[in-house]
Formats: sequence, C-alpha cells, structure tokens
Amino acid sequence: MAEPLLRVDDLKVHFPIEGGMLLRKQVGSIRAVDGVSLTVNRGETLGLVGESGCGKSTTGLAIMRMLTPTGGRIAFEGQDITAYDKAQMRPLRRRMQMVYQDPYGSLNPRMKVRDLIGEPLVVHGLASDRRAYEDKIASLMRTVGLLPAMADRYPHEFSGGQRQRIGIARALALEPSLIICDEPVSALDVSIQAQVVNVFVDLQQRLGLAYVFIAHDLAVVRHVSDRIAVMYLGRIVEIAKRDTLYRSPQHPYTQALLAAVPVADPVVEASRSRAIVSGEVPSATKPPPGCAFHTRCPHAFARCRTELPALRDLGDGQAVACHLDEANG
Amino acid sequence: MNAPVKPELSGTDEARGGAPLLSVRDLVTRFRTDRGAVTAVDHVSFDVRAGETLAIVGESGSGKSVTALSILRLIPDPPGSIESGQILFDGQDLLGLSEAEIRAVRGNRIAMIFQEPMSSLNPALTVGMQVGEPIHQHRGAPWAKVLRQARDLLGRVRMSDPDARVGAYPHQFSGGMRQRAMIAMALACDPQLIIADEPTTALDVTVQAQILDLLQDLAKRANSALILITHDLGVVARYADRVVVMYAGRVVETAPARELYARPRHPYTRGLMASVPRLDGDTAKRLVPIEGQPPDLSALPPGCAFAPRCQEATETCRLSRPPLRAVGTRHQVACTLEN
Repeated sequence: MAEPLLRVDDLKVHFPIEGGMLLRKQVGSIRAVDGVSLTVNRGETLGLVGESGCGKSTTGLAIMRMLTPTGGRIAFEGQDITAYDKAQMRPLRRRMQMVYQDPYGSLNPRMKVRDLIGEPLVVHGLASDRRAYEDKIASLMRTVGLLPAMADRYPHEFSGGQRQRIGIARALALEPSLIICDEPVSALDVSIQAQVVNVFVDLQQRLGLAYVFIAHDLAVVRHVSDRIAVMYLGRIVEIAKRDTLYRSPQHPYTQALLAAVPVADPVVEASRSRAIVSGEVPSATKPPPGCAFHTRCPHAFARCRTELPALRDLGDGQAVACHLDEANG
Repeated sequence: MNAPVKPELSGTDEARGGAPLLSVRDLVTRFRTDRGAVTAVDHVSFDVRAGETLAIVGESGSGKSVTALSILRLIPDPPGSIESGQILFDGQDLLGLSEAEIRAVRGNRIAMIFQEPMSSLNPALTVGMQVGEPIHQHRGAPWAKVLRQARDLLGRVRMSDPDARVGAYPHQFSGGMRQRAMIAMALACDPQLIIADEPTTALDVTVQAQILDLLQDLAKRANSALILITHDLGVVARYADRVVVMYAGRVVETAPARELYARPRHPYTRGLMASVPRLDGDTAKRLVPIEGQPPDLSALPPGCAFAPRCQEATETCRLSRPPLRAVGTRHQVACTLEN
C-alpha cells in the first residue's frame, strides 16, 4: 500500500498547569491529546468527532504544527515534521492548510477579498507576475462560488457563508494536498451549511484534496467523511469506515453519541431507542483512571476502572478501545 | 411534594381541543437601527395549548427569539417596540398589562429559559437563592422555606446531591448542571407556559439529549405548554407536537410535526429539510442547498420574503405578500403557489 499522506503516531499534546505566586512552577498538566494515532490517504476525508474537550481541535493544530507536540510523531508527505521549526515548516505550509470555524474572526477586516485570497501567494513569493496573480484570484473565487467582481469588497460586506468561501479560497491558493477543517460549517445557518459542505465535496472530487474534517455535528461528518475517528478525553475510542461506524458502532461512547443525535423525522424518532448516557465529560485536568468513559458507561465493570483499554483492530479498518468488546470478542 | 395549587385552566377538554392557553395574534415588533426601522416580527400569529410542545424553527434573523421576548414583553425599548397585535394568555391580553402586572406573570405563570446559562445566572449568588428567587418574589415565602423548596426543585431536575448544590455558586457547575438549575428556576412557580430559547445550543450533544428529555418530561407531567425555539430540525422532530416555521420575521408554515415532515408545503420548509444531512440519509446524494443569501430585514422585497431564493417564484410572488392560509387540518402555509 502506498504511504499515507499523513501519518500520526502516538501523538501527545500536554499543556502545563502552573501554580505558585512568585516562582511559577508546573503543578500538573492537561492531557489534551494523549496517544492519538491516525492516517489520512490522498484524496480522502477523515472525520474527527467528539464533544468539547475531547482534543479534536488540538489534534488539528498539532498536525498543522501550530503547536509543538509533547510526544509522538507526525509525518506528512513522507517527511517527519514532528520537530520542524518555522523555517522548515514554511515550504510545507503550501501543502497543508487550515479552514477555521469562525469566518468572522479569521479574516482581517481591513483587507480586501483580493488581498485576503492573494496573501498566501505573496507570502510564498508566487505573485511576481501581476497578470497571472489576478487571474489566479479570479479563478479561486469562481472555484468556491464567489463572483470575481466582488474582489474589491471587504469581509464585512459578505454573509457568513460567503466569508467561509473566502476562507476556503485562501486555503486553496497554494494548492495544498491536505486541508484541516476545524468546525468549518458550525457557525453557519442551516440553509447555508449545505452550500459550503457541497463546496468541500466538489473541491475534493476536482482537486483530489484530503481533509481532516473536525466537527461535532455527526450528520455533517457522516455526509463528508470516508473514515471517522471518535475521540473522548484526548484519545481515539473508535475509528472505522463511515458506514461501519454508523451501522455497527462498537464503543459504548460511539453508541451514546449516535443515540443522542435526533433524526429530522418524527416517525423515525418515535420508534428509535433512546439510550441516553448520563453525566457529562469529566475535566481533562483529572481524567478518570482506566477507561475515561467508565464514569458514564452503562456497561462498565471492574477492569474498566483501573486499566486503560488499548485500541484493538477488529478488521476492515475498524478499531475500538473497549474492554467489553474484548471480553465479548 | 406540596406544590402550590395551580390556577384552574380552561378545563382539560377545552385545553385539548378548544381555547388555546396562548394565542399570539398579528404581533408586530420593530427595531430602530442605523439602517432604518426593521420589522423583526411581522404579523405573527400562532396558538399553544396546555400540555403541548410547540417548536418555533428558523434561522438567524427569522424573528423566533424576538417573538419569544415579545411574549414576555422583554423587548428593550428603545431601540425596539411592540407595535401592534395581541398576546392572549389564558384569555388576558399581555400587551394591555401594566409593568407591575407583567412582572407578576414573568417567572410565575410564564417562565423563560435562555441559551447561555452562564450569563443568565448571577455569579455572586448561590444557586439555591437564584432557583428559589421566583418563589420569594411571587409567593412572598421566607428565605428559609425558599431554600428548602429550591433543594426540592434541584432534586426534581435530577441534579445529584441537591443538598450540597443548593449552597454552591454557578462557577462550580458544569454547563449541563447550570442549564438544569435554569430549568429548576423556571419550574419554581409551576408555570403554565415555559419558553425555552435554544436551551441546549451551547451544550454537548449527549448533554443536550439529557436536558431536552428532562424539560419535556417535566412540562408534560405538569400539563404545562412548552415553546421550544430552535434551528435544529432534528430536535424539532424529536420533541415537538406542532411546529411554526419562521422566515424573515414571518410565519411561513405551521402544522403538526408529523404532518409538516411528511408533507412540507412551503418551498422554504422543503428547502430546509433537503439541505440538512440526516444521520440516516443517503450519503451518495448531494445536499440540496437553498441558494442565495439569508434575507436582509432592512431591504425586504415587497412580496414574499423568500421569493429571491425560491426556485418556483413567479411574478405574483415577487409583488404581493401571500397570507397564511389553511391547507389542511391545523396546517397553514403562506405561499401563493399553494392556492
């Protein structure tokens, strides 16, 4: 099999908690990401889902090397980038880009759309030929469904959905092979979400892009992803092909997440089983021992409270971290 | 527990089929802005019956939240004002009440739950004092008794260890616990109507399910009416008996939930349903978005507000505004094409 575009092995990102008045010293750490391994192939979408504090966004930032990992290894296009500094990362920035949740906060309000989209080209010295530069911007705008005639406007003149398209055009400017999308549609109105989701799907088909699609909306993630990883308190608890995950989720947390999401059909809803899991996600500063989900798991037994379950391969790309599964399997 | 006796409603038989508990008629709420006057709620009418869950669904700017605030007369004036209409609650027009009279209704017979529990709770007061405050205000109960009742209320919203929680402060609570406390506060005076404005949007999905199940269960048990304001069609499908769909400040369609999902009649309702990916949907199919941009309330077209985005719009749609018309039992649509 060909080398994956992105390979993450045992990634750890721990943030120090500092205490003390004069001499700041570390009194603990938040294990935001604690041993995540995943791969993304060319042209593929990996969905990353989980609730707040599960580490999905931190994983995205670490892959982009906007954060320095505490441990583990990140390889992109065959290069180990785990310890790369800014200068070393620079040429790679062309190949991996990011689209953010907030289309309001992530665009400089004083810059025209033309300059926002063109900025990455200028930064990377690809704007020497004025004519080609203008053509490129017009073509990028058309690609994401914006009229090139709007190039001289400022971000505030656009709606949320249009601003997200500007963010996507900007990410596309350098022709990346991977885009990390962090909640890219969750700030948008329902009727606009579908427009932007379709832009992502179309671009992938046309340009062969790979996405890491980070979102909390399981229906959106299901729609765009080839494979999906479910995270809970810094770890992947289950990873599988899209249809496998939704048809036969193995981890009790995956099952709970799916049961909690209502389906937009009253007839289906009336007949659905509603196994609602109790409690809330525990604090990442003091994760429970053993399996972090045991405090909420309806099936937890003694072993779950003491021993951390490893991610076990079930075949066909599905892996699950659960003692229950091992006991039954 | 010995809850205060509820004022007699209009009788169960009537409550089921007859007089609604709340009847909003031709409500108009306007705001003055830099860009001129904006009609946020534009001749909105709907009914809610005792024991019923009504969902008001719409996107940002649809007027769903302003409608809720108008019912309780919580529109900041200036810049806003309720221009006309009637809000008949249990036979009485809330718009005709004095400021003191409406205060006696708020938190007592009608309670409201907001999206962000952290900004709705006072960080400097204990949770028990805030949960019990409506009892103190409306029933004049002494604080010792209020705190005992607050403890019972926290138990009713299934908070673990209510004895300890009553003396705790909001920052010691998680998001889900804060929203439980808000529900406890809303229930304090056994309201006939609870209005919940996006009560779980800020919460994780597993907690959202817990909170909405709890809210509906408690409302149904007390035969209270629940108005659930949301943008989430899944939440509507799971919890609503009846649905009001709003667009640009207007009601475009209203129907019983099953009827609405089985036979959506307004192109906007149909568009919303086609644009949302479903957990059980066909992933090979493209989503069908609603083209165009959300409406600009300061520059609405003269006719149907949805016409600029509607694939089926005709000249008539662009020129004259369609009234809400019955197309079935309790099913109404504001669309010229439905004639």
